[in-house]
Amino acid sequence: MTIRIAGGQGFYGDTPRSVAGLLDEGVDYLCLEALAELTLAILQKDRQRDETRGFTKDLPFYLGAALPAIADGRTKVITNAGGMNPTAAARAAIDTARRLGVTGIKVATVVGDDLMTRLPAFRDAGATLSHLDTGASFDTFPADPVFAAAYLGARPIVDALAQGADVVITGRCADAALFLAPLVHEHGWAWDDWDRLASGMLVGHLLECSGQVAGGNFTGDGWWDLPHPWDLPYPIAEVDADGTAVITKPRSSGGRVSFDTVRHQLLYEVHDPTRYLGPDVVSDFTTAQFADLGDDRVRVTGTRGTPATDTYKALLAYHAGWSGEARVAFSWPDAYEKARITAAILAKRVEMAGHAVDEWCFEYWGVDALGGPTVPDREGADPPEVALRAAWRCADRNTAAAIPRELVPLTLSAAPAGLTGMGRGMGGSTSELLGIWPTLVDKTLVDPGVAVTVEEVV
Amino acid sequence: MKLRLHELCGYRAGDKGDVSNVALFASDDETYDVIVREVTAARVKEHFGSMVRGEVVRYEARNVRALNFVMDAALGGGGPSSLRSDNLGKTLGGALVRMEIDVPDHLADRRRPRPDVTWTNEILDRLPHR
Repeated sequence: MTIRIAGGQGFYGDTPRSVAGLLDEGVDYLCLEALAELTLAILQKDRQRDETRGFTKDLPFYLGAALPAIADGRTKVITNAGGMNPTAAARAAIDTARRLGVTGIKVATVVGDDLMTRLPAFRDAGATLSHLDTGASFDTFPADPVFAAAYLGARPIVDALAQGADVVITGRCADAALFLAPLVHEHGWAWDDWDRLASGMLVGHLLECSGQVAGGNFTGDGWWDLPHPWDLPYPIAEVDADGTAVITKPRSSGGRVSFDTVRHQLLYEVHDPTRYLGPDVVSDFTTAQFADLGDDRVRVTGTRGTPATDTYKALLAYHAGWSGEARVAFSWPDAYEKARITAAILAKRVEMAGHAVDEWCFEYWGVDALGGPTVPDREGADPPEVALRAAWRCADRNTAAAIPRELVPLTLSAAPAGLTGMGRGMGGSTSELLGIWPTLVDKTLVDPGVAVTVEEVV
Repeated sequence: MKLRLHELCGYRAGDKGDVSNVALFASDDETYDVIVREVTAARVKEHFGSMVRGEVVRYEARNVRALNFVMDAALGGGGPSSLRSDNLGKTLGGALVRMEIDVPDHLADRRRPRPDVTWTNEILDRLPHR
């Protein structure tokens, strides 16, 4: 038996128009991956403003496109669009189904990833919550946590599928677990069948960023000449019971699936490829063998896995001040010098105004805004034009908002000639910054809070 | 002879917190052996200078002829708090392949072609402009 799973979403901002093309090809499961680290921060802000929010707002559009196929039993949807509020997302899913006249389907909700209220108990139970990258002690955590979420695994999703769920909505879980779960459920893989679990994680990893496996963000030969690239390619994996998978894409889409496009995605956001840490298995991506079958099909075999660790990764966030930014541009001659002088005058005037700035970032677009020290000979650059982007961080929102007032008068009254804005406005809106704190938490602490509920739409 | 990495290799960058990883892809085994020799973690750390404040660790994935560089404290504090325009380090792959390395002369034949794009004109030239 071969199970066909699709990656219909790779982030919050992807397009629900992926769904029609994938369903036309026939997929057993449509997996929608909506969460990045940054997304959790965005959704947390939504939930702070309104307790009924905190999930990705485009979920009803994805479901709207998929519901006819779900109602016919042609596909099931698994998504982490629940974000910081899976219960509210499930409510929205049920409302969407009712609005479209679809009843009789089952919507499952996975909760328990949200650790906010449980952190004190975890600390009492001996959890260190040290920073995963820096090793810093939780005693130095800079403020009260704004959110805390564990990356759950595939098990609760498999539970939901076993209970007959047609739509499964989770909060934070490991991206690839969304794809592993239907494979475990359909193929009956055991939770200690490490090689098959690793094969499933690798497939999930390849599909979780939607078109990035099929020519998106591609730098291989001919990247500029992929077939009709405006028809964005969303990927499909055909996975056998032994873990062998073929990565492909709808014939109607543009892009390409080749050894080169697939390997580009293999290491995306991976650290040690011999130990890709997931909640359910540790996968060795260097054991995978790829065969380019042509015709946009790449076969993956041989992935090996080892037992999962005793911990889940979790992500905590804290308020880290307010940012603001502004952009102005200059032409040749002396464009770079004009931009630097403007940066210096701005910083000086902000000092004189008594505004406390905790951090500045000046970028010289056209010189080294993106490349920094990797740009050769940047100090002597004489570019035809330069844009200055100034960004700043302040403890106080009003201070962050006041800083552009020190920039605008330079238009007439400072020497650098020809200061122009970039389109309408100079920027100037403020944003809340969130520091993030990755950590590890014992599964035995997290699991008792994990629960699956299934509700039939009536 | 000296070549820039982009003439030989593909690349992709990703982020986790304040950690950026950049993968580098060689087109054949010989090129892979050259980048294994030339593109060390220490060279990458030096190349990025003040952009990467932490340690750089290199991993090899010979099954796909790739090197993976994991760079700590590389994103100005990490996506949701970085002041950088490129707060996720999406462009750091391009920054890496600007690096110049020593290669055997015959690898000059394996230089990748520059983009040769004409189809864009069919779209852009028919748009209303003023």
